[in-house]
Amino acid sequence: MSTVRCVDLCRTFVQGEQTIKALDHVDLEIDRREFVCLSGPSGSGKTTLLNAIGGLDKPTSGEVWVAGKRIDNLNKGELADLRLHHIGFVFQAYNLIPVLTALENVEFVMQVQGVPAEQRRLASLSILQEVGLRGMEERRPAQLSGGQQQRVAVARAIVSHPAMILADEPTANLDSTSAERLMDLFAALNRHHDTTFIVSTHDPRVMAYARRLIRLVDGRIEKDEFR
Amino acid sequence: MGIPLAVLLRMGWRNLWRNYRRTLIMLAAITTGVWAMIFMSAIMRGMVDDMVQTAVGNLPGHIQIHHPEYLDDPSIANSMPPPDQALREALAHPDILKWSSRVRVPAVITSEHDTRGVTLVGIDPEAESGLSSVADAVVSGRFLHSAQDRGLIVGRKLLNNLKTRVDRRVVVMSQDPDNQIIDRGFRIVGVFEAELESTEQAFIFAGRKTVQSLLNMGDRISEVVVLGRSYRDVQALAPLEQAAGAGREVLPWYELDTYLGTMLSTMDGFVWVWIVVIFLALSFGLVNTLAMAVFERAREIGLMQALGMRPFMILSQVLLETLLLLAIGLITGNLLALLSIALTQEGIDLSMVSEGMQMMGASQVLRPALLPGDVLLADAVVIVLGLLAGLFPAWRAARQRPVTALSRS
Repeated sequence: MSTVRCVDLCRTFVQGEQTIKALDHVDLEIDRREFVCLSGPSGSGKTTLLNAIGGLDKPTSGEVWVAGKRIDNLNKGELADLRLHHIGFVFQAYNLIPVLTALENVEFVMQVQGVPAEQRRLASLSILQEVGLRGMEERRPAQLSGGQQQRVAVARAIVSHPAMILADEPTANLDSTSAERLMDLFAALNRHHDTTFIVSTHDPRVMAYARRLIRLVDGRIEKDEFR
Repeated sequence: MGIPLAVLLRMGWRNLWRNYRRTLIMLAAITTGVWAMIFMSAIMRGMVDDMVQTAVGNLPGHIQIHHPEYLDDPSIANSMPPPDQALREALAHPDILKWSSRVRVPAVITSEHDTRGVTLVGIDPEAESGLSSVADAVVSGRFLHSAQDRGLIVGRKLLNNLKTRVDRRVVVMSQDPDNQIIDRGFRIVGVFEAELESTEQAFIFAGRKTVQSLLNMGDRISEVVVLGRSYRDVQALAPLEQAAGAGREVLPWYELDTYLGTMLSTMDGFVWVWIVVIFLALSFGLVNTLAMAVFERAREIGLMQALGMRPFMILSQVLLETLLLLAIGLITGNLLALLSIALTQEGIDLSMVSEGMQMMGASQVLRPALLPGDVLLADAVVIVLGLLAGLFPAWRAARQRPVTALSRS
């Protein structure tokens, strides 16, 4: 069974008198353990597709299935539960909660899930060590560099072992060393934890990690290539 | 399943101090509002307490028992027998502090210079002590020794009007039960002063038995006056009504003096209006502060939604922040109000406006009176209406679409 299935997916936006087709009849299936890169020029629909798969946005028409469940008709609460238990997000702009420390940010998802305090603390410390942030647990986001913040965001996304991680331009604000370390981490997680990765990017170095490359142009899949 | 309260509290607390200037300004507004609600209510209560206590302490007491026709025609014809056994037992109610039988009839007092219409009150000095203020209000001469005392106590203003003085004789005239004019000479033995000059002019006091003898009314009386523990809660009313029977009428002070009774209930309503009006003024600032806090954090709230926080949790988070803000403001406002009340317990001197205060029947020194109910009311209004004010920004935060919120810069 595929992890993600999109059927005839459309998403349009109205700007003034103009209707923009961000997704134009997209059909797509992504299996478990795949490492998929979504590429394409700006405005091609990469982020829109990620948002639809992650239940952050509703398609105008078509169906989205995640883990065997149709999600495009779920309400806000059900979508929140889906994201909480099945999906990890890594955003371009780090998106940490500024009033929480690095450790608390990583623990946040597990807190919402209701994981006992000791268990979530141990898991969070372990994952922070894994992403190379040991000793920085008590720092607030403002006290961390961009690369460190992105690693905290990654730690938060993977700590509860979601089936799928959606990453929107995760290396866009990172220097090349940090970007490489991050992608190595993604690749390791994909191999060792069977986590499905869907990463949108412009970065050829990131694309090099992908075993499947989907190129979007004007909201349509132009090329779907397995390596 | 849901995020632990401790985590929400920690986030709420830290969020409050992200923009500490705005939070401090809002806290100052809540504190001032709560202080004004409680302290000004206490000032109003103190003034009403003073007016009512001055009024009931002059003569009426908290409850009076009369002949059913007495209030319409307060003449000797509408007198009644002294309390029987059943009524005496009811008057032993634990909530009754003092009671006394009086004779009270219209009369005319004449000195060698002037004649005035007054109310002649026959009292038992021993029973009257602590029940009405007349015993403590004698400023010249002496008070009555007993119910048989043949002396007369008059008010300072009446003494001046009659152009007489202590130890001089006056003549008091009234009617006996057969409508015959009777009169008797009294020696003025004491002069009393009251908060109101009208009281000094209206009443003269003599021993009850002396007055009964003068009026040929045997042991009959005009009224029984009862003092309870508090004028606000006249607990002994029901048992007295039961014991008094059909031949007597039992009335609380607020029915005897409907002006005062109405004023008290008006003040109770006014305290409500006062508290709600202050809060409404406060709520504009509160809604604005919370709306700004939510607006500034739209992206962060979108992130929390993206990470799996349900809309209800987002709503709870914002309301919890509101509650924290209100709780801090309430604590400081309450403490400030209690401190203000403690510092003014000696009384606020209003002698500059003494004539106005006298017109209202209040004394020149105003002591704030704190009612626990007023504090609870103010606190409850702030919490309940404050949370209601917080609902709008909280609802807006909860209903925003994560994708829109996340795309905000």
